[in-house]
Amino acid sequence: MTRLQKSLPGIVSVTGSFIIWEAYCRLSGMPALILPAPTQILAVFFDVMSERSTFYHLSITLWEILAGFSIATVAGVFLGWLIYVSPIIQRALHPFIVASQVVPKVALVPLFVLWFGFGPASKIIVAAVIAFFPVMVNTHLGLRSVEDGHKDVFKALRANPFQRIMLLQIPSALPAILAGMEMAIVLATIGAVVGEYLGGSEGLGYLAVATMNAFQTDRLFVLIILLTLIGFSLFIVIATLRRMLTAWHSVD
Amino acid sequence: MTISISCRGLGKTYHSRSGDVRALEPVDLEVKPGEFLVLIGPSGCGKTTLMRIIGGLQSASEGTLKLTTGPDGRDTVGFVFQQSNLLPWMTIEDNVALPLRLRHIGKQERRERAVELCNKVGLAGFERRWPRELSGGMQQRAAIARALADDPALLLMDEPFGALDALTRTRLNSELERLWMASGATVVLVTHSISEAVMLADRIVVMSARPGRIRSITQVPFERPRPVSLEGTAEFQAIASELRAQLDQTA
Ligand SMILES: Nc1ncnc2c1ncn2[C@@H]1O[C@H](COP(=O)(O)OP(=O)(O)OP(=O)(O)O)[C@@H](O)[C@H]1O
Ligand SMILES: [Mg+2]
Repeated sequence: MTRLQKSLPGIVSVTGSFIIWEAYCRLSGMPALILPAPTQILAVFFDVMSERSTFYHLSITLWEILAGFSIATVAGVFLGWLIYVSPIIQRALHPFIVASQVVPKVALVPLFVLWFGFGPASKIIVAAVIAFFPVMVNTHLGLRSVEDGHKDVFKALRANPFQRIMLLQIPSALPAILAGMEMAIVLATIGAVVGEYLGGSEGLGYLAVATMNAFQTDRLFVLIILLTLIGFSLFIVIATLRRMLTAWHSVD
Repeated sequence: MTISISCRGLGKTYHSRSGDVRALEPVDLEVKPGEFLVLIGPSGCGKTTLMRIIGGLQSASEGTLKLTTGPDGRDTVGFVFQQSNLLPWMTIEDNVALPLRLRHIGKQERRERAVELCNKVGLAGFERRWPRELSGGMQQRAAIARALADDPALLLMDEPFGALDALTRTRLNSELERLWMASGATVVLVTHSISEAVMLADRIVVMSARPGRIRSITQVPFERPRPVSLEGTAEFQAIASELRAQLDQTA
């Protein structure tokens, strides 16, 4: 099967649903306030994209996502490593780790806004807190999967602890760490946007709430599309990074 | 560049959840500097266990092990494991040169040495491949090259040629003999092949089945280098059949 033949069913189903959507809006007399037609959204899309403020809000959101993601990655890898090397620390941190998973983190957002203000800082922290966990768990898992046979090689060659970390532990854990980062970038996007929903005056999430309050449903759709595109692009970047860094790992 | 080994009453019991396993009864064994010693014995008799203790990968339950370095003080150990244990995230070249990298040898020198060793074990042209792109026997040859990379004073080889066809095996046997003669390293090699044992060894240690203990030690008198044709001689066959008889009784 050629690529085209493989992707044909997807193309047909997506185009088909847009046509049905458009037809439904035109024929049913559904108010655009509730459900705007795709063509209307497309027209507003270009309006929104030509406004400078859009890019200001977009850059704020992007910054929050990337900052939160970076904090989550660094903290997640470090803590994952820490609980791997020290069982005592693992046991000490265990209750907090469980608690941090059981608490619906979105419920903490008002608290973070209270503590860290209405600016980007509180959103960055929400993003980091939500995204951190899969990185930590995957790092720990990856480190524990270091093969005994590979440990023997380094022991027989009397490698020092630093060499073990750099040449054995990190490469062994890398596929798992990068898989965790793939989840983290998606979660960081959710965290930043939810943070913006609940407080502040900047970012695409804030803009979405403001648009909703103004009953500009078509603009709201455009913002949703923008957020989807951001999330998707960031995911592709991390996924590509993963494929490049673990070329040795692939089986094709 | 040699090491002598002295084992006194080395024994090993593995403790595991399903109970204790006595792997090695107390072993007394002296390996002279520069000697080529071959261990042979039925599966599960403790050969790998003994090798790992000598190589410092695990401790004995009882007894003492003493490694004495030669006048130059070199104490590097090359270990060929029963599995190749190549690092899948490094190319063959980087795997082979790993011992040099751990000693902070420069990139250029590492590369040259890796290419030279790949040539010796018949892997020329595969330097830039990933381990998963090589067959099992090729991976094992890369592991042998890695063990040789740092001119070890002691070479411990656990069934290094197990995954190879007879022809490659014979060729690598001669190559190993040549390398060993040039380096003067002390070698302990485990094999299941009687003819390989007689071909390579100065002395052959036959171990008996679980729990492992030394059953006999055979001196191999042939001069070096030993030609492939040696295998056809009556003396060779006499030693081989004596060993076979010993192994039959242990099984
Ligand atoms: N980590 C371990 N835990 C428990 N028992 C073990 C362990 N390693 C080995 N043993 C046991 O010790 C005994 C000796 O094992 P060893 O691997 O030394 O045998 P071997 O002579 O190398 O066998 P083979 O020729 O099959 O490689 C076996 O009975 C095995 O079950
Ligand atoms: Mg074994």
